[in-house]
Amino acid sequence: MSRAEATVQTGQTGQTGQTDPGAAVDAAGKDGGQAGAPRAVRLAWTLGLFRSELSVTFRRWRTLALLAVLAAVPVLVGIAVKIETSDGGSIGGGGPDGGGGPAFIAQVTNNGLFLVFTALAATLPFFLPMAIGVVAGDSIAGEASAGTLRYLLVAPAGRTRLLLAKYVTALTFCLVATLVVAASALAVGALLFPLGEVTTISGTRIGFGDGLLRALLIALVVAASLIGVAALGLFVSTLTSSGIAAMATTVGLLITVQIVDQIPQLHAVHPYLFSHYWLSFADLMRDPVYWDDLVKNLGLQALYAGVFGSAAWARFGAKDIAS
Amino acid sequence: MAPYEPEQDTNEADELSAGRRKAARYVVPLAVAGVAAATIGLVPALATSGDPDLPDITAQELIEKIAASDTEQLSGTVKISTDLGLPSFGSGMTGGFAPGAGGAGGAGEDGDAGGKGSADPSAKLMELATGTHTLRVAADGPDKQKLSVLDDAAEYSLIHNGDDVWAYDSASNEAYHSKDAGKHGKQHDREGAKDLGEEVPSTPKEFAEQALKAADKSSTSVKVDGSAQVAGRDAYRLVLKPKESGSTVGQITIAVDAKTGTPLKFTLSPAGGGSAVVDAGFTKVDFGKPAASTFDFKPPKGTKVTEEGDATGHRGKDGGDFKGMEPGDGLNGLNVIGDGWTSIAELKTPGGRGLPTSGSGSDSGDVPPEAEKFLNSLGDQVKGDFGSGTVFKTRLINALVTDDGKVYVGAVTKDALVKAANAAH
Repeated sequence: MSRAEATVQTGQTGQTGQTDPGAAVDAAGKDGGQAGAPRAVRLAWTLGLFRSELSVTFRRWRTLALLAVLAAVPVLVGIAVKIETSDGGSIGGGGPDGGGGPAFIAQVTNNGLFLVFTALAATLPFFLPMAIGVVAGDSIAGEASAGTLRYLLVAPAGRTRLLLAKYVTALTFCLVATLVVAASALAVGALLFPLGEVTTISGTRIGFGDGLLRALLIALVVAASLIGVAALGLFVSTLTSSGIAAMATTVGLLITVQIVDQIPQLHAVHPYLFSHYWLSFADLMRDPVYWDDLVKNLGLQALYAGVFGSAAWARFGAKDIAS
Repeated sequence: MAPYEPEQDTNEADELSAGRRKAARYVVPLAVAGVAAATIGLVPALATSGDPDLPDITAQELIEKIAASDTEQLSGTVKISTDLGLPSFGSGMTGGFAPGAGGAGGAGEDGDAGGKGSADPSAKLMELATGTHTLRVAADGPDKQKLSVLDDAAEYSLIHNGDDVWAYDSASNEAYHSKDAGKHGKQHDREGAKDLGEEVPSTPKEFAEQALKAADKSSTSVKVDGSAQVAGRDAYRLVLKPKESGSTVGQITIAVDAKTGTPLKFTLSPAGGGSAVVDAGFTKVDFGKPAASTFDFKPPKGTKVTEEGDATGHRGKDGGDFKGMEPGDGLNGLNVIGDGWTSIAELKTPGGRGLPTSGSGSDSGDVPPEAEKFLNSLGDQVKGDFGSGTVFKTRLINALVTDDGKVYVGAVTKDALVKAANAAH
């Protein structure tokens, strides 16, 4: 066990700029010295690699800027709603179609908790997946363009494990980004609007605590909705050795898919687009909850993770690493 | 114990060429995609196969079973697809068309789906006349019913609880309220909650009741056609077919729950073939008592509530703009020709003027030529003993508007319409 802890610590030391290749080689030396190393050591190494990846990702200015932009969206929405309704009018104009604007926006003035749902509905189509695209697209290609990828691979940690660590990091970012939006929205909503009993979109009422629980559940579902984009970004990232190209391709694919999803003539392919069931998180606000689309969404995300995750593995495992 | 890690054995690649090994890796994502595709393709096929084995029953017994069915408590999800062959104009235009389409079914004529700014039930339910919708129904006795239309990230609920009828539109956060007070109120209440279902029937039971009402024994062949599984329950399939020719209705299939006698699925196929015109069925059903909170509605703070009276005034104002375009508003003198499936409704337009088609000359100054062209492109010109007119067709309902201002509407073919017009002339 002491050996395992030691390796974890070594794994953690590399925290400057890109993942420190020195740490990897160091750890590899210790690990490789023992032929039939216990599984615990390998697991610890993986965890160390993951932790190092995580801290590298979240210490980047780029990541912090993305999170700041995401946190600003609910603030903007909240202030806009507050200003528009300050004269006693209602938001959205009240047409039969709700007058436009993101989902739930009509309810925000009555209950600040709805700002969480509105903010998630506003960021989910573009801001959140774009941020994921940047992080996931950069994961492998960024190392390659910085010239650090081959050093990482000198270690017998293996490409599969590196890929896994990168993917788990991207998924963690999905969760953190979603929670940042939700937390910021909750804070702004509590400041600007009253809180209290929540009316579900089915017209029934639930307590505030129950409402908070549903908000958390919705945040988790939104984070899970991004699994597909993260897998796609990871795959694109293994195709090129230019970080910028991978990010741009991922975001471009995202926009393309969103446009295709809007064309009624292409309805046959719609159920297979990763963004098609994204808004299904709103079904959690029905009473009773309507699970059909939620399950479809999660299944679809798992499918994308499976297909593009294994495609990334296939590509990355057999790739010639030149940089 | 060590996991297989191909990237390590680059030195052992003598026997297998690098290219083939690379290609072999891509089998994994392809296999994942293939398995997923197969699952998506096969699971529904497996689920629908195998009709349940039920004891034989005559059509008469089955109809009695439906009539005797006393299901008062149920909740479930209904999927309803309507394909009348109308272009989807969105909610505003649907209102203009739907009353005409519903005419043969003896439906009401609140043709003002364009009534903006209120959560008016009749406006919303008209939207069900086109496209596919998911509904939720819940009922607990005659006093408590709820019908919800599930939209994207929004829901439209119609709640009847004792003395109150509420409609709540979560997208615009608006509510519509009508209070049951005295006899008139009672009547309207029923109109609000139940007869709305007749205007635009939304549960399989309402569809079935209407179909059975229309099923004049002498003109309809009724038989039980095997069994089916609907919403996980065993059901008999009751098939109604018009005996006479001339109707556009091919057949009506009603799946009736074998245990409770509750209609679970309603399908109306057109005589011309193709997909069903109306297909409404439970995808989930539960005959247990729904939670009391389901029917408990109190408008949330800040919700704009339209009381029943306000809405009517509002409606009248809006409807005026469309006068002459809406059969529901502007037509009078309803006369039904024939009976059963091939019954045709004859109406007169106000002022005895037909639609401004090319045949009627250009004296109809209130319609610009572009609109005239548009109207002409929608219909077929026909001529007969009655003069000339235009036939507007959908997959189920056809309408003949003659140039002398008469309208013949029915779920019948174009020829039957012309024949009826000739006979009436």
